[in-house]
Amino acid sequence: MATVIIPTPLRKFTNNTAKLEIQADTIEKTVSELTHNFPDLKKHLLDEKGQIRSFVNIFVGNDDIRNLQQEKTHVKPDTIISIVPAIAGGSR
Amino acid sequence: MSAHSTIQFSKEELARYNRHIIIPDFGLEAQQKLKAAKVLVVGSGGLGSPVLLYLAAAGIGTIGIIDFDVVDDSNLQRQVLFGVEEIGKPKVEAAKRRLEALNPHIELVLYNTQLTSANALDIIKDYDIVADGTDNFPTRYLVNDASVLLDKPNVYASIFQFEGQVSVFNYRNAKGELGPNYRDLYPTPPPPGLVPSCAEGGVLGVLPGIIGSLQALEVIKVVTGVGEPLSGRFYIFDALNFESRTFNISRRADNPINGDNPTIRQLIDYEQFCGMKAVERPVKEITPKELYDWQVKGEPFQLIDVREPHEFEIVNIGAELIPLATVADNAGRISKDINVVVHCKMGGRSAKAIRELEEKFGFRNLYNLKGGILAYIDEVQPELNRY
Repeated sequence: MATVIIPTPLRKFTNNTAKLEIQADTIEKTVSELTHNFPDLKKHLLDEKGQIRSFVNIFVGNDDIRNLQQEKTHVKPDTIISIVPAIAGGSR
Repeated sequence: MSAHSTIQFSKEELARYNRHIIIPDFGLEAQQKLKAAKVLVVGSGGLGSPVLLYLAAAGIGTIGIIDFDVVDDSNLQRQVLFGVEEIGKPKVEAAKRRLEALNPHIELVLYNTQLTSANALDIIKDYDIVADGTDNFPTRYLVNDASVLLDKPNVYASIFQFEGQVSVFNYRNAKGELGPNYRDLYPTPPPPGLVPSCAEGGVLGVLPGIIGSLQALEVIKVVTGVGEPLSGRFYIFDALNFESRTFNISRRADNPINGDNPTIRQLIDYEQFCGMKAVERPVKEITPKELYDWQVKGEPFQLIDVREPHEFEIVNIGAELIPLATVADNAGRISKDINVVVHCKMGGRSAKAIRELEEKFGFRNLYNLKGGILAYIDEVQPELNRY
């Protein structure tokens, strides 16, 4: 099963779990499975049209899915998927 | 960069920078480049503190510091530039005193103001490199766009709670190839309120020390040309798991500022771009003094606190705790018969809770405590703990 790394800001929607094992062969199915298991994640990952939000990046291994096959990007059982939303902290 | 080969060092400077100069791959020439360089540090807080300390110590010849804030006691847990005696003073002035004491051989230029679309190009144009350590999305996009329009590298770092991000944006390598910028990585910002700020969500004090040091490292690499800058790559660090990853990122054809068909040719209104000016349906409000009147007169009302349990433990004003994320599930606990006052820390989350309850359950009796528990403490019960 592929491993999905959940970033700190979203862990409150995954029972504080940082890594999840998901059985799916594409990013689309992985996200669908994730939001099925953790419905509160949905509005943070997907927009009203069901597209991955543009301030949430998904990397398969070290590569941005936008440079692969987007949501159709293939996922293997040993794939590490990272979800990395924009954060802006630094000063105050 | 300014011509560095003519840069001279005094005897004191040569002694100070000896440990740089004796590194075989660094040497006197890299030190000359540091002294010739002009770096603008945007934000002198959590990230700006280590960045400024290390850049000043390393001998960057001219450092610009822009920040409009004053030192607050809640800064000292992570902003290691400042001490107790600086509380209430402008950050740029406090920073100057500390950095001058650290290295008298550099020049510091202060901007005790907010970076805006009106002044950004004028300020940044005088510098070779920008180091972005601000705390909000509008300024992130402003710094990015100004750097792209002026063709300056932007060394970016960002932190939240236990996570940090670092990259070098808009970097042109020796072959003249331009790397990606912030809009390639994140084309649009999150809507306001979806991602809390550090002021609301918190940040572990040592994290900006770690991430800001990496930011200073990348500034020094870009200035000197030593090593491979983090351009086209995006580094993230998770302090909780002690895991870091470096991702590959690239330019996008649809980048609105420097893609194939750019639509942004000058700086825009970044608060509007980030949705800050979107008109949200107003909610009814009550001031802390009015709430206090209700309490004194014994008016019947229900008080709901939508903060998190750990915030409630720090200080509470006797409300029922229903954290924002659980408000819909607990709507049955909220009265429809008497007035209900909803509060959080500063008033943002409670307004969201009220909108959700009004839209989903038809409540009409909800009042938002203006300014949240912090305003209540300031105006009614100053003996309570602020946080």
